[in-house]
Amino acid sequence: MVRGFGWAAAFPDEVWEHVFSFLAADADRNAVALVCRAWHRIERRSRRRVFVGNCYAVAPAAAVRRFPEVRAAAIKGKPHFADFNLVPTDWGGGAEAWVEAMAEGWPHLEELRLKRMVVSDDCLELIARSFKNFGVLSLVSCDGFSTAGLAAIAANCRSSPVHTSVGLEVAILVSVASEGVNELSLVYLLLSSADIPYLRNLRELDLHENEVEDNCLNWISHFPESFTSLVSLNIACLEGDVNTSVLECLISRCPNLKTLRLNHAMPLEKLVSLLQRAPQLVDVGTSKFSADHHPELFSKLESTFAGFKHLKSLSGIWEAGPTYLPAIYSVCESLTSLNLCYATIQSPELLKFVSRCKNLQRLWVMDLIEDNGLIAVAASCKLLQELRVFPSDPYGVAPPISLTEHGLVAISAGCLMLHSVLYFCRQMTNAALLTIANNRPNLTCFRLCIIEPHTPDYISQEPLDAGFSAIVESCKDLRRLSLSGLLTDRVFKSIGASANRLEMLSVAFAGDSDAGLHYILSGCKNLRKLEIRDCPFGDKALLDNASKLETMRSLWMSSCSVTLGACRQLALKMPRLNVEVIDERRGRPLESWPDDFPVEKLYIYRTVAGPRSDTPPCVWTV
Amino acid sequence: MEAAASSVKDGGDLRDTELRLGLPGTEAPEKPAAPSTRGSKRALQEDDDMESRANSRPLEADSGEAPAAKAQIVGWPPIRSYRRNSFPPRKVESEAEAEAEAEAAGLYVKVSMDGAPYLRKIDLKVYKGYKELREAMDNMFKCFTQGEVSRKEGCSSGSESAITYEDKDGDLMLVGDVPWEMFISSCRRLRIMKGCEVRGLRTRQYS
Repeated sequence: MVRGFGWAAAFPDEVWEHVFSFLAADADRNAVALVCRAWHRIERRSRRRVFVGNCYAVAPAAAVRRFPEVRAAAIKGKPHFADFNLVPTDWGGGAEAWVEAMAEGWPHLEELRLKRMVVSDDCLELIARSFKNFGVLSLVSCDGFSTAGLAAIAANCRSSPVHTSVGLEVAILVSVASEGVNELSLVYLLLSSADIPYLRNLRELDLHENEVEDNCLNWISHFPESFTSLVSLNIACLEGDVNTSVLECLISRCPNLKTLRLNHAMPLEKLVSLLQRAPQLVDVGTSKFSADHHPELFSKLESTFAGFKHLKSLSGIWEAGPTYLPAIYSVCESLTSLNLCYATIQSPELLKFVSRCKNLQRLWVMDLIEDNGLIAVAASCKLLQELRVFPSDPYGVAPPISLTEHGLVAISAGCLMLHSVLYFCRQMTNAALLTIANNRPNLTCFRLCIIEPHTPDYISQEPLDAGFSAIVESCKDLRRLSLSGLLTDRVFKSIGASANRLEMLSVAFAGDSDAGLHYILSGCKNLRKLEIRDCPFGDKALLDNASKLETMRSLWMSSCSVTLGACRQLALKMPRLNVEVIDERRGRPLESWPDDFPVEKLYIYRTVAGPRSDTPPCVWTV
Repeated sequence: MEAAASSVKDGGDLRDTELRLGLPGTEAPEKPAAPSTRGSKRALQEDDDMESRANSRPLEADSGEAPAAKAQIVGWPPIRSYRRNSFPPRKVESEAEAEAEAEAAGLYVKVSMDGAPYLRKIDLKVYKGYKELREAMDNMFKCFTQGEVSRKEGCSSGSESAITYEDKDGDLMLVGDVPWEMFISSCRRLRIMKGCEVRGLRTRQYS
């Protein structure tokens, strides 16, 4: 029988720290912190990784104060629908507040990952100056910075000759051993107490789908000659030309380089000479993959790619024509990840290429692959886990192509390990969805986008309720779901009842009434993010389920039927929610609008930081 | 123009004062606005124009072209603006269509006249040369001015107004100096200047 939690003190803190070091998941660490004060104290001092899903959910200073020893931080800013231009560009998500707090409180920070945030060049400069042992910078879907900011990052990169400080001491010890003890201890003192400002080892610079202003053409040349520690470089999102010879030097002197993703602008010949210098690459993103046919270039490309003994991941392949694709057949067998979602290759060539990739686990491709292509993939790529099919013609301007529900059904039948799907198409049936649900109960992510809103089952003309219901009922581990097509409240009833593991739900042009929203908010126990657009959901469901909103990270509703009065009531009832009303028409201030004023866009999120102070003119925190 | 004058007097029929695309007296088809949010800063001006034309085009249903016309919805389908801008549409068909659209869409610039209470917009592509342009502008602003607008390239002696334009670099230029095609490609907006400012221009031109 244990009296209280006195046993916690039976072991010194270091023992508990060591035990906790095996807990990677934030949820587990959070649970540990609630056991007793001692564990709370020990856990917070030993937490090394922090993930902030909503940058406004907590004040930066508070986060930094609570976890003083953090080495890796990941922070997300704007709501997901910002990707589709639904969020005003000045909405917020600025990174300064966080970077300043981190520079102050986490000088030993090694990894920083920002997603959908506004990062200025000043921020980048601050990052460059503030963290002595900085190793990883990842910016995903961010904007607000330019290549001048990247130059600042590059310029501050140094590499120590040996990679650990202990190693450094040893090296010095050995070299001065002959000089006598006094010299030795002096040097040791100097090293251990010296504040070496830029002793860093940047390993990873990952720029993924950012909007970067190009004002510093030679930013790559700011990496110093002594910098050799690069392991991963992803510049695919940069628009401008990159100096190839400087890049070649950089690559040649970084023996540990494993990932290199280049941008569109580089011509194929230059790409080839670049890649020749790094046959050890595991992950390659090519540049433009088309050029006039030159036999010499073809064979150079062929031999370069044949030289990749360890290549697992291939992306880029912008604008690929049929000419050069065969040159890289040699790597197909070893690929586990293939991203052809920018490749405008038509189906026959695409098919030939992809069906050689027998070990593929992840495939991102354009709908140009068509049903035939997907049937071939289903037959060849038995290890496929994730499939994404993007629309080549989202606005329906060009003649339609033959990608239908049949392709997805074939994949679901042939690829037993498939668990993640993103599929853009123009038609669907309940029968197909039922088949998919039965074939693949192991789906964890199912995002279907039928391009035309309100599209029914094209054979029966029924809503697609039955199909999506089958998905949520069969796939018990479903964590992410995106709905599309003609849907009534019935589908939401199924989702609310069955989707117990669902964490993120995206809804557009669906439902008949408030009941739909009510089903979701009163069910879906693990729901974290809900984003809704153009649905007839209104006040009642929102107010009836107010407390649910505090269990979620955020709720986005745009073009629905919510009124300002409901927002006011909600804000009053739930002080730990920020209820942000977004209205870009910028008329009179919020206070003067009546309760029945229809809210165009609404973003609600839980927070312990109170209303934010950086709202732009189009956003009001109710 | 009597019709215009009388309609202004009547106050009832306000069609002549309506801000429309096209000259007064013509029934130009209503063109819907392009989707309001163009969030991506990366889009080049041309791409943006082409996209917004692509977006607005389908609604002119009487062109009789398949596929059936649909209004563009903001943010739908849910693809990244990055992908929408950086990915070139399927080339063969779309290029020809895009060119056709560029032809069809017109080059609208604002026209202001000193002293007029509101501005107009005209489609520069409709005119074949400077003469037609001046005539059109005469008609457009006749109700605001008693005197003549200058007729020739350059300024005629009796008039006290000149047509100027703002070019790509933001400079104020006198209309008529450069070949018509060059003018169209660089003109951003037009301004009919009056009074002493005009005299200053004229002096500069002849000095």
